[in-house]
Amino acid sequence: MRLLKLVPDDTNIDFLRWRKLASFMSFFLVAVSIALVAVKGLNLGVDFVGGQSVRVEFTQAMPPIDEIREKVGEIGLGEATIQQFGSDKAVSIRTALPEGDKAVAERAGQQLVSGIQKAFPTAKTGSVETVSGKVSGELLRTGAISLALAILGISIYIWIRFEWQFGVGALGRLFHEVALTFGLFAVTQMQFDLNSVAALLTIVGYSLNDTIVVYDRIRENLKKYRKMEIIPLLNLSINETLSRTVMTTVAMLLALGVLLIFGPDVIFGFTAAMLFGVFIGGYSSVLMSTPVLVWLKVGPDSFVPRTSAGIMGGERVERKDDGAVV
Amino acid sequence: MLDFPRWKTISICISLLLGILFAIPTFLPQKTFDQLPGFAQMKVNLGLDLAGGSHLLLEADIADLNKTQLSNMEKTVRVSMRGETGPDDDIAIGDFKASGSTISFLVRDQNQLDDARDRLFRETAGAGLTGQRDWQIEIVDTTRIVMTLTASGRDQAVDRAMETAREIIDKRVNELGTREPTIIREGSDRIVVQVPGLQDPKALKDLLGRTARLEFRMVDPNGTVGAGGPVNVPIGSEFVPYAPNEGNGAPGEILSRQVMISGDQLIDARQDFNQQQLPAVSIRFDSAGSNTFARVTGANVNKRFAMVLDGQVLSAPTINEAILGGQAQISGSFTVQTANELAIALRSGSLPVKLDVVEERTVTPELGKDSIEKGAVAGIIATVSVLVLMLVVYGRFGVYANIALAFNVFLIIAIMAFFNATLTLPGIAGFVLTIGAAVDANVLINERIREELKRGRRVFQAVELGYSEASRAIFDANVTNVIAAALMFWFGTGPIKGFAVVLTIGIVTSVFTAVTVTRMFVAHWLRTARPTTINI
Repeated sequence: MRLLKLVPDDTNIDFLRWRKLASFMSFFLVAVSIALVAVKGLNLGVDFVGGQSVRVEFTQAMPPIDEIREKVGEIGLGEATIQQFGSDKAVSIRTALPEGDKAVAERAGQQLVSGIQKAFPTAKTGSVETVSGKVSGELLRTGAISLALAILGISIYIWIRFEWQFGVGALGRLFHEVALTFGLFAVTQMQFDLNSVAALLTIVGYSLNDTIVVYDRIRENLKKYRKMEIIPLLNLSINETLSRTVMTTVAMLLALGVLLIFGPDVIFGFTAAMLFGVFIGGYSSVLMSTPVLVWLKVGPDSFVPRTSAGIMGGERVERKDDGAVV
Repeated sequence: MLDFPRWKTISICISLLLGILFAIPTFLPQKTFDQLPGFAQMKVNLGLDLAGGSHLLLEADIADLNKTQLSNMEKTVRVSMRGETGPDDDIAIGDFKASGSTISFLVRDQNQLDDARDRLFRETAGAGLTGQRDWQIEIVDTTRIVMTLTASGRDQAVDRAMETAREIIDKRVNELGTREPTIIREGSDRIVVQVPGLQDPKALKDLLGRTARLEFRMVDPNGTVGAGGPVNVPIGSEFVPYAPNEGNGAPGEILSRQVMISGDQLIDARQDFNQQQLPAVSIRFDSAGSNTFARVTGANVNKRFAMVLDGQVLSAPTINEAILGGQAQISGSFTVQTANELAIALRSGSLPVKLDVVEERTVTPELGKDSIEKGAVAGIIATVSVLVLMLVVYGRFGVYANIALAFNVFLIIAIMAFFNATLTLPGIAGFVLTIGAAVDANVLINERIREELKRGRRVFQAVELGYSEASRAIFDANVTNVIAAALMFWFGTGPIKGFAVVLTIGIVTSVFTAVTVTRMFVAHWLRTARPTTINI
């Protein structure tokens, strides 16, 4: 049986040649993402702004969004945010909760569900979520903290297992991916909720797999080819691991793509964010996290314990400690 | 590579076998599952977003609790200043003030100050581990006693109130006849209630939000109430408003502050009908309560008493004769449902603190069922696609990886069943993701074997190196995933916790199956077939 090779043998692409362009692209995309989040804002779900959200499923043809908006507006709970996700028969209707008295808030919750049932008698309300302002504030805070801790914790782990340059590379890469995913949420105005944070954390965890595999190979090659210059060495390491990067990315995209198409539409945004993250991850592990190492002057010395250098022998002592291997 | 010890093979096979055995009960229909012996009744639970149901987060109204604590202390002060041996022993006090977390009062005779303080000290108790007492007593200006509720006193009160509240909520939810509710405390002042399979959470919310503090108090005949509110409120009495729709237009009643009998002395409460055939609640007092009730009603014939629920008067009937036997009927504008709810609330006891619903998430069972079906379909298609991909790319080694992947699926389910873990909708996504990521370890190994072969190594050596060199990256990569999953578990609510659990279990099992199990297969094949070239 002839086996399929996603990446031909002896592939040797000079990835590092594009490092300036790639870095520029990355900075540009991060800047665009941040600008998008600043200008368009995120469509925060009830988890983070408080309020109530009802999922309405229409058994027959769904009325136009504007009609739904108008009818929900008549219930008298202020402007409603209406969002369609995945399926063409279900929308989520979101309104704010009245300030102040908790009993008022509770009544408003019942009012929204009964109002929707009156306006659309054939529709079914599949799920109801009500989150008070106090709780949503806490969720937003812990969400932000856990995301920051994940990025930092993983970078520190890489620093401990490799060298500080690699930790910085991982940090930059994770920041890049998280920023771009936020950009995706800003562009599409998909609802950003607790699930989205979980998706971000998953992206942070999984996308680093690629980086670690490449870094592990760089470390190995640095020890193996002590005389090789850094750029060819990095190119070699990326090319050697390229087939694995492509294969794993394809497998993950396949699994998540299936989930996006056939899976429950309730987690459409969650899956979409992860799919996007895996896609970006494939790109950035090749073109983003490695060039960082050139600028931070990683060299064969990075993995030679400093104390033993003097004892072990002449060759390493001669090498100047300016890291100028390039 | 070739020496794969027998004990290792045996233990791997045993763990795989156990994995399959533990996974089976989850797939059995409920009927068959119930017939299994107890030790085998292990299955993966479905989260509320899949099974349908309600998740409610209740928060205690701490300010309300503080107020109650202060007013209770005021009562204690008044009682303890009254002498035990008679009027000679009384300590005259006045100018009672309460604000924030302090109460203060004037002791008229300065010589009695120390005595007053000693009496009050006996009423306080140690709180917490710091040796602090729950109330701090000070003498100010040589005439006033100031009592301040300490932080540890307050924390202790909150803790006790929350524990009692949890028990009461537990009783109430169970009375509703729901299956397997979860009621746990969260943080210092919150309770999480999860009830699977409930269609309408409104009844549940009404029931949980109700304090159900029932009091029978005498109506003060000297008090007068006008259409707009209280007109004359004698000392020792207070104005209490009527509940909505009660009182025939009267705004409220002037009631004695003293409680004749309270809901604590109930032994039973049932929904019933009154003489007009309207829904009502019949209650029965315990023997001490019955005696008090008989005595007080006997002494107050032709006067009126009021039934007060949560600070609102329900009705204020006239006592025609002494009520013996400890039975009473509470009437008001009830429907059968509300009367039933009140009966449940009264039976389970009154909440020591007011609870507000600060978060609610409800999913109908239909939506949950739909999610499971779509999730299962997506999971199967995703798995099959990945299996095919592995097969066409790695051939024989892909088959080994695929067998390992199948075992991985069983092991994840088995471990989740063993720990009674909960599968949520994001958990299904985690499952699918794990399928995609689980093959990563095999991809790493197989790619490494390809490379080593390309470098001209012999088959055995290439395979050996493939496993040993790839292991390092596999380990590091999985540690980062565990870090992310741990943080998700820390911050997430139910569904996301479920996702983190699946992810973590998946990480551990996939390393086991992808590295150890495939290694066993490959070693066996190399030993028996002794190939000189391999197609990978």
